[in-house]
Amino acid sequence: MRQSDRSPNVGVANNTSVQAVVEFSRPLLLTPGQDLFGYLASRAGRAFIFLVTCVSVLAVLLIFYFIVREAVPFVMLGSVKESLARVVEFLTRKNWFPEHGEHPEFGALTIIVGSVYVTLVALVFAVPLGVLSAIFLSDIAPFSVREITKPVIELLAAIPSVAYGFFAIVVVAPWLQNKFGFTTGANALNAAMILALMAVPTIISVAEDSLSAVGREIREASYGLGATRTETMLKVVIPAAHSGIIASIILGMMRAIGETMVVWMAAGMAAQIPSPWWDLSQSVRPITATIAQEMGETPQGTPHYYSLFALGVLLLIFTFSLNLVSEHFMSRVKLKGGSA
Amino acid sequence: MRKRKEKTVKTFVGTLLICAEFVAVTLMAANHVMAQTSRLNIQGSTTVGPIGDAFAEAYKAMHPDLNITVNKTGSGDGAAAIVDGRCDIAMMSRFMKDTEFKKAVVNDIFPVAHVIAMDGVCVIVHPSNPVKALTSAQVRAIYKGEVTNWNQVGGPNLPIVAISRDTSSGTYETFEELVMKKEKMASGVEYVSSNPQAHARVSTTNGAIGYVGLGFLDMKVRALQIDGITPSRETIAKGKYPVSRPLFLFTNGYPKLGSAIHEFCTFYLTEKGQEIVEAKGFVPLTNY
Repeated sequence: MRQSDRSPNVGVANNTSVQAVVEFSRPLLLTPGQDLFGYLASRAGRAFIFLVTCVSVLAVLLIFYFIVREAVPFVMLGSVKESLARVVEFLTRKNWFPEHGEHPEFGALTIIVGSVYVTLVALVFAVPLGVLSAIFLSDIAPFSVREITKPVIELLAAIPSVAYGFFAIVVVAPWLQNKFGFTTGANALNAAMILALMAVPTIISVAEDSLSAVGREIREASYGLGATRTETMLKVVIPAAHSGIIASIILGMMRAIGETMVVWMAAGMAAQIPSPWWDLSQSVRPITATIAQEMGETPQGTPHYYSLFALGVLLLIFTFSLNLVSEHFMSRVKLKGGSA
Repeated sequence: MRKRKEKTVKTFVGTLLICAEFVAVTLMAANHVMAQTSRLNIQGSTTVGPIGDAFAEAYKAMHPDLNITVNKTGSGDGAAAIVDGRCDIAMMSRFMKDTEFKKAVVNDIFPVAHVIAMDGVCVIVHPSNPVKALTSAQVRAIYKGEVTNWNQVGGPNLPIVAISRDTSSGTYETFEELVMKKEKMASGVEYVSSNPQAHARVSTTNGAIGYVGLGFLDMKVRALQIDGITPSRETIAKGKYPVSRPLFLFTNGYPKLGSAIHEFCTFYLTEKGQEIVEAKGFVPLTNY
């Protein structure tokens, strides 16, 4: 990869001298009009680019604003005591029957647990798989293997999630039932395995980048001191790249917690907390899939509608805090790169 | 190298400009056409939606100058849209509620129902399951979590996996009203988001029970008799099968004879219309 990058660089460097001659063939003195026009054009260009950048920043802020705005009526209704009681019910009760006519119940605990549960189980699969693959790709694999493997792994990230979901229902679910005798194949294990597969490309590419960023001289110093390859790997390279690896895991976690279509199809969507807690063969219902499923027909302005936005706020808080943590670790990677 | 890059950029910008121009011209043309022709705005149920879509497509082929939009956002949205006068035809998988009707009257709108097809929700199990018939009370008990094993309803010793459609679907609404009698389903019930998905889950799970529209029955799943009645075109069209319901189009007043709305609402009577209804898995209204 790096070798192939180098050759075009050399090419550009050679061309600049030729280019320079071309530049000088223009008139050296500009008329005031041309001068002003050039100044204005560069200003206008900057302003335009700035506005384009603002669009995405603005989009994030607006998303925050609108989701929170729609969630507020769910919380703030009636007296302070009632509002508080509703939040407590939302976070601690297990009965989720928001669409029921006479007695709606908004206990989202099962749904929150469902999201966290599926994500954590996915990480149990994805972290060893991703980190070990990253180590293999950065330090062990020969160049030719790496050239083939990396694009293939990146292809995993390009498969649409609905295709993963279909695969989960049609292939994985019957397989789980026939092979392990599970009563239902659409369960936490199924969803977690597919989510792990989806998080692995993220983990591999970020972890591999941070492992490769550890300087060659550091490895050579380690070898020079008589360390074996294993010792160099475990005691020098991985500790040096640990912030990047942690960041990669958190990014993979965000991928898993935010995924909707796969968990909607594969997790079974039963609003329950698995009991006993380690029983992966039971169906769970994550936040994202709940919102996607129930948003469609919910009339606007009903408590059910607002409660879905409250779930959305919870999800935003999750991903936002994960993002902050990963930014923290990523910035440490960058700092180290700068000082080296 | 640099020259080539510049050239690529120029080509790219050129292509963009051409594209933009093309889009602009198309938009202008579209505006021009729209100004000349009438529009038909259809909104409502996701259950009736496939029929609405297919009708619109067939209808468009006959009247190319007509602009039809079909929005499938749910019966509730359809009712709200016709009540507010935001659409010409509302597709609904249930009859209009009193409250919606009262709002319509306040808005000087008089909703008229056109029944275009019958929909039957069939309760299905895995073909290997020996249970052939259940009462609607038994089905309700299964979905309420009171019956959790097939041996409680005369089957083998096998845990029941109850599979429901998502709560926002029209099929769920019918099932909840006609079978569940508005009682809450157990927390262990699984939810899937489409008829094919429900079919796929039941056909691959031995202990599963689920429900789909009549059109999704095949050899891979078996439809149960409910209260002693086998779901079929005839029992559903006659309304004998307990889990059947009519599908409606609602218009504001009876449409003017010969108008586009009138033609659309009576399209189900034509041979083509009947074929479409059947192809979409519903029961056409012919053999009462």
